[in-house]
Amino acid sequence: MVPEALFFSALLFVIGVVGVLTRRNAIIIFMCVELMLNAVNLSFIALSRLYGASGQVFVIFVMAVAAAESAVGLAIIIAIFRHHETVDLKNINLLKG
Amino acid sequence: MLQAPPPLAVPGGAHPLTGSVAELVWLLPVLPLIGFVINGLISLFTSYHPGPADPSAPHDHDAPPSPPGHGASASHAAHGHDDHQPRRSAWHVVVSIVGPLVLLLAFALGVAIFVAIPAHMQSPFIRTYFAWMPVGTDLPLHWAFQVDQLSVMMVLFVTGVSALIHLYSVGYMRDDPGYARYFAFLNLFVAFMLVLVLGANFPVMFVGWEGVGLVSYLLIGFWFNDKANSDAGKKAFIVNRIGDFGFLIAMFMIWANLGTLDFTSVAAGAASLPVGGVLLTTICLFLLLGCTGKSAQIPLYVWLPDAMAGPTPVSALIHAATMVTAGVYLVARTSFLFSLAPLACLTVAVVGAVTAFFAATIGLAQWDIKKVLAYSTVSQIGYMFIGVGVGAYVAGLFHVLTHSFFKALLFLGSGSVIFAMHAAYHHTHNEDDAQDMRNMGGLRRYLPVTFTMMWIATLAIMGIPIFAGFFSKDEILGAVIARAGDSTMADAHWLGIPGSVILYAVYVLALAGAFLTAVYMTRLMLYTFHGPNRTGEREREHLREAPLMMTGPVVVLGLLSVLGGVINLPAFLRLPAGWTGGLDRWLDPVVGQAALRLTHGVAAETPHELALVGLAVLVAVAGIATAVVRLKPAALVPKRQSAPAEGVERVLEHKYYVDEFYDRTVVTPVVDVSRNVLWKWIDAGLIDGFFVNGSAWFLRGLAGIGSWLQSGQVSAYAWAIVFGLLAVLGAFTLR
Amino acid sequence: MQYGFLYQFFFYLFGVIGVASAITFVTRKNPVAAALWLVNTMFCLAALYIMMDAQFVGAVQVLVYAGAIMVVFLFVVMLLNLGQPSAAADIKGTGARIAAGVAGLVLVAELLVLARQKLPPLLPDLPRGTNITVPITEPLFRQYLLPFELTSILLLVAIVGAVVLAKRRG
Repeated sequence: MVPEALFFSALLFVIGVVGVLTRRNAIIIFMCVELMLNAVNLSFIALSRLYGASGQVFVIFVMAVAAAESAVGLAIIIAIFRHHETVDLKNINLLKG
Repeated sequence: MLQAPPPLAVPGGAHPLTGSVAELVWLLPVLPLIGFVINGLISLFTSYHPGPADPSAPHDHDAPPSPPGHGASASHAAHGHDDHQPRRSAWHVVVSIVGPLVLLLAFALGVAIFVAIPAHMQSPFIRTYFAWMPVGTDLPLHWAFQVDQLSVMMVLFVTGVSALIHLYSVGYMRDDPGYARYFAFLNLFVAFMLVLVLGANFPVMFVGWEGVGLVSYLLIGFWFNDKANSDAGKKAFIVNRIGDFGFLIAMFMIWANLGTLDFTSVAAGAASLPVGGVLLTTICLFLLLGCTGKSAQIPLYVWLPDAMAGPTPVSALIHAATMVTAGVYLVARTSFLFSLAPLACLTVAVVGAVTAFFAATIGLAQWDIKKVLAYSTVSQIGYMFIGVGVGAYVAGLFHVLTHSFFKALLFLGSGSVIFAMHAAYHHTHNEDDAQDMRNMGGLRRYLPVTFTMMWIATLAIMGIPIFAGFFSKDEILGAVIARAGDSTMADAHWLGIPGSVILYAVYVLALAGAFLTAVYMTRLMLYTFHGPNRTGEREREHLREAPLMMTGPVVVLGLLSVLGGVINLPAFLRLPAGWTGGLDRWLDPVVGQAALRLTHGVAAETPHELALVGLAVLVAVAGIATAVVRLKPAALVPKRQSAPAEGVERVLEHKYYVDEFYDRTVVTPVVDVSRNVLWKWIDAGLIDGFFVNGSAWFLRGLAGIGSWLQSGQVSAYAWAIVFGLLAVLGAFTLR
Repeated sequence: MQYGFLYQFFFYLFGVIGVASAITFVTRKNPVAAALWLVNTMFCLAALYIMMDAQFVGAVQVLVYAGAIMVVFLFVVMLLNLGQPSAAADIKGTGARIAAGVAGLVLVAELLVLARQKLPPLLPDLPRGTNITVPITEPLFRQYLLPFELTSILLLVAIVGAVVLAKRRG
């Protein structure tokens, strides 16, 4: 059970990574990040079967942080969209050195 | 901030000079400094009149640049109209009063201190004024002045001769547009010279040493409109730096080994060093290098003849009477070191003897009247070096004193001659060289006072009896023979040659130099004042004796040149006690111990003294006779008609090509290396190209990479993160 | 302790559906479709959580992730009118896709290698009838009380930040 869960977790995480690397839409990338967080959550839950309930507490924290992050992140995306009329990250390079 | 003065070496009670007029010693350099400030401010703030007196003013006809050192009237080189009134600043009178006055006051103060010094004052009177450069606790450098018999002697003659030359300058420089500047520099010179002689430790002395070098540079290049003059100034400055390097190294070594730089402490500490050891000898040789720079001895004498580019009173004051004797003063001041290093003493004597002879030979063939005197100065300082070298410190300093009288007199006299010559040429718009002896001749009819005084000085420098130079030079020569007989120097070996042999050779060289001195001085007098006049028909009418302002100081110096010997009459005159050896007794507390140390502790007795004196006088007379017989002033033709010299004379006229030799061996390689290696390769290529621009390029490239990395594309950053993740996990995987 | 076949079957079923949904999510061009596929993955994950005795977290997963966060995503997508796939390809070119695939495979391989270690035995299942929130309250309100409280501050800050950032400025 646990090894299988970890295996799924790894697959989901890598899918999230590949999504971040291949997509340009800021919102989709954001969702990929959420997927990666979920993959990690799955690992936490699986390992809590071996090491106790602390893993579940961490999952709750991760969720809280993810909620906060998505709220702020989406607000930023809205602000960027208002400015650039796009959420295509190719066109957003204000930090260019 | 008044520091506690260092404890005086007076057993029991205060120093006898405490509370006396000697407490005012700080005022001595301050007085001329005040003059410098006043005159300098006047020079800065009075409007500069580019009138006919200014060589840089536009002329109504083309005139070639005046040859260097055209005396007071170099400002007249433009040869404007005769009827012009030289425009003088309204402050001219103030300058004329302030300049000499501060010197007279300083001289008076010097006399007062001299009077206040009790007989047989055994220890110096030292006043510490403030902590100058306290370097930790190891090097508490104080600004301190030292009053002892030696410094007072130097103060007296420096201020005295300076005062006379300042007065002379009032007449000589009266029409110069840089009058105030001239007096400012001259005052500054005296201030630094007094710091030099009064300094109670090496660094304070070094301040004066450097200061007089600076003023010397400023005054040699006084007429800086002419490039030759400013070049001469630079040459003097640079050559002196070589010497100063030696002085500095010596100072460093003294401090490193004795931990102090005060003269009294060094004197006490030096006794603990091994006598004649490598350390002491090295220190003394480095000091000697400094002396050869300042005092124009071989190998660093080359700047002094060129220094004649300055105004003639400057030549008299700085480059004949006072500054160039600073080296002699330094050797005497550090006699406690030199007397412990017989080899260094021998070197000093050898340098002095070779210089004395060598410079005299060059003096034989010079035509510029000031150049002859310049080489004569080099030669005479050589005698002083022989004196202080063989441990006859009093004799050397005695010669410093008498030489300052008669050499200042000779220079001031030549100044009067040039003054008259130039005025005459100026009136007739003649462009000839006013300093060339071939253009003179028969001047005794036109310049009777100068003529008389110059002959007095000439006899003095030759060492003819009763004149001042006779006593001092004979004392030096006698001392050489005495030391050759029995002294630590005679026992030492110099490059494998016994010291006594060297000292006899020194004596022979000195005697030969004395012969040559007589020859070239007679030559100078014959060509200048005797024979037919070669000035030219029209110019002859304008030859005038200098004004009283100039002849006055000349006459005073003439008297001193005659009577200067009385301050240290030799014992063989068998005069009543108290008449002879005045300077010997006076300076004994300062240099007596050092002198005794060189003679195994016994007072030197000169054997066969009368015979030696007779020999020296005979040599001088022979020199005069040779010159009179061999030289024919009547056969001389003015400069523009004379043929170039041949053979030996040509070599002498070109000063043995030493300047050319130095130019080839030192200057040109240094310039080439500087230009091609240091400038083009190291500076332009390595420093500018590689380090300066290279680092800029490097950083620009680095920044370019950084800028390129900061593309602002989130996906690029994501890729970077993923690659980092892969790398880190890969590292764990492969572990 | 052994789990029955049915348990195993459903475990694998939810896992495979979740991974498949994730792959579908990543490859959808339409953001709305992608978001819905992601919701699907999250439901599967919630099921897995529940199967691994983390019933409370599973419920929260459904409520917070699927119910709140993903709804906010969809809301933003629709607010910005990004429902249709944009003219310019949202997904990068073949090169990037291959590179990303290779990187992903390498990453999976590395993770699997690293995960290959001996695991400790399973903890016992919760006894039947246990209050499912009990096991999590113990650490949450004792050991991690301070972080828990700080989380509330974080959320407050996030709310204020989101409002300020998204506010339309005059």
